[in-house]
Amino acid sequence: MDWTALGLSLQLGLATVALLLPIAFLLARWLAFSRFRGRGFLEALVALPLILPPTVVGFYLLLAFGRGSPIGAGFESLFGHPLVFSFEGLVLASLIVNLPFAVQPMQNALAAIPPSVRDAARCCGLSPLAAVRRIELPLALPGIATAAVLTFAHTLGEFGVVLMVGGSIPGETRTIAIAIYDRVQAFDESSAGAMALVLLVLAVVALGLSNTLARRAGRQD
Amino acid sequence: MEPGTGLQVRLRQATPFALDVAFEAPGGEITALFGPSGSGKTTVLRAIAGLQPMDTGRVACAGEVWTDTVAGIRAPTHRRPVGFVFQDYALFPHLTVREQLALSLGHRPTGERPARIDGLLDLVRLRGLGDRRPAALSGGQQQRAALARALARDPAVLLLDEPFAAVDWALRESLRRELVALQRSLSLTVVLVTHDFEDVAKLASHLVVLERGTVTASGTVEALTARNAVPGVTGWREPAVALDARIAAQESARQLTVIVAGGLRLEVPTIEAAVGAPVRIQLAAREVILASRRPEGLSLHNVIEAHVLAVEPAAHPALRLVHLQAGDTRFLSLVTADAARSLGLSPGTPVLALVKAVAVEAFA
Repeated sequence: MDWTALGLSLQLGLATVALLLPIAFLLARWLAFSRFRGRGFLEALVALPLILPPTVVGFYLLLAFGRGSPIGAGFESLFGHPLVFSFEGLVLASLIVNLPFAVQPMQNALAAIPPSVRDAARCCGLSPLAAVRRIELPLALPGIATAAVLTFAHTLGEFGVVLMVGGSIPGETRTIAIAIYDRVQAFDESSAGAMALVLLVLAVVALGLSNTLARRAGRQD
Repeated sequence: MEPGTGLQVRLRQATPFALDVAFEAPGGEITALFGPSGSGKTTVLRAIAGLQPMDTGRVACAGEVWTDTVAGIRAPTHRRPVGFVFQDYALFPHLTVREQLALSLGHRPTGERPARIDGLLDLVRLRGLGDRRPAALSGGQQQRAALARALARDPAVLLLDEPFAAVDWALRESLRRELVALQRSLSLTVVLVTHDFEDVAKLASHLVVLERGTVTASGTVEALTARNAVPGVTGWREPAVALDARIAAQESARQLTVIVAGGLRLEVPTIEAAVGAPVRIQLAAREVILASRRPEGLSLHNVIEAHVLAVEPAAHPALRLVHLQAGDTRFLSLVTADAARSLGLSPGTPVLALVKAVAVEAFA
């Protein structure tokens, strides 16, 4: 059992959820409420990580984060170490890969709020920011919970992208999913089995939690 | 109309559909925006609230300018003191009635809010239901909660979008009564959007008729109905005049109430209201009989001395619509062309208008 890998995975999952939810909420809100040219294209772009093979996504991220790219070069001049094969690089990759898992549930939840309810919030004297806080956030809560659970669970299980962008550096980029693969390669089936079971339990708990939250928030009376 | 308390509206847009509207809603009264669906009346209401941008326009209420595209003024909705009751009520599903009212009281000091909420709940008869969420309220209760939330804003103008469309007929009538009572006791300025002329005839004192984005008639409900000149209604609605009257006397021994509307004095079956109370009456043209001499031996309470203003063709070729005046009050009578001939009706002819007590529809 690779406790370091498990810890790293949990850290990556929490960092991804914490950073991604606010960004994805704004993007979801924009997609749900605004009518603009290119909206369909943007929605397709957000959904892209769902259908592309992780190795393909990982390959392009590797190119984008590499020393030869402006992003990679900029990061290295700021922080003194390369973005690829680092924990920061993993987080950034994880944010991009999880975009559809975070955006889509929140977008659906926001789009389900009747336009008249949002108008009513403004007629009650709520500023746009207050309307988000008092009306939109609470009403979108089931979607936000689903987004958080899906993002966290998916981050724990992500393999291809992590391997491409992060490699398998212990304590830095070797997540639990990578560690399982590593143990199987070394014919250490009991360790692999234990870690796989941990992921399985986490996934079941996450889904159960998501369903319960959604049901509780859906009960309005 | 008191100067400076009403609402002045002038709006114009080219897309998505043409709209060119100007009207005034007097302070302390109910103005109806009446028209078929697609005539732009809801758009006008939304523009007043600042929910709908306009190409050009000016909206001023109680002396304050909310929109003036020429001067570059466009107050955001949350800074306009409007109370908006949406057609679907638009209650917040996650908040109790009390919480919804509290949300609308942001402009009042925190300490005042609980008492104000209690007052509003009493006002709309929802005391005891304040801790319920909308899903646990009936349709009529939801409508009253939406009304209370709009009133919580202390609005300079109350905007109602088809407020009775979602409730059944019986409930509609009692909600109308409550609205009228509330409007009178608080002297509210109200703009009411409706496609149901019953709302206009029973509630509104002023009427703006919208058709395809333009105003095709405007004025007092009394004047427009007396001239049988409400576009979109003439043709399918029986000619009937809506009059503002007052209770003049209660004759409880005879189970009658005497009401006076301008030059008309009418005895009608008892209306439960105090002497002096306002009452809206509707008098259908087909219920008004014309005579040249005072009749005897009839079960008749109301004989009104009037004179003919005009005789015009009615929807049916064998009928004539007679425009009448008693004192300064105008009303209508529908008679056969044959009767109009034999009575020699022409402008200026003095006639007696006979009205059965039960033919007067009173709304108090």
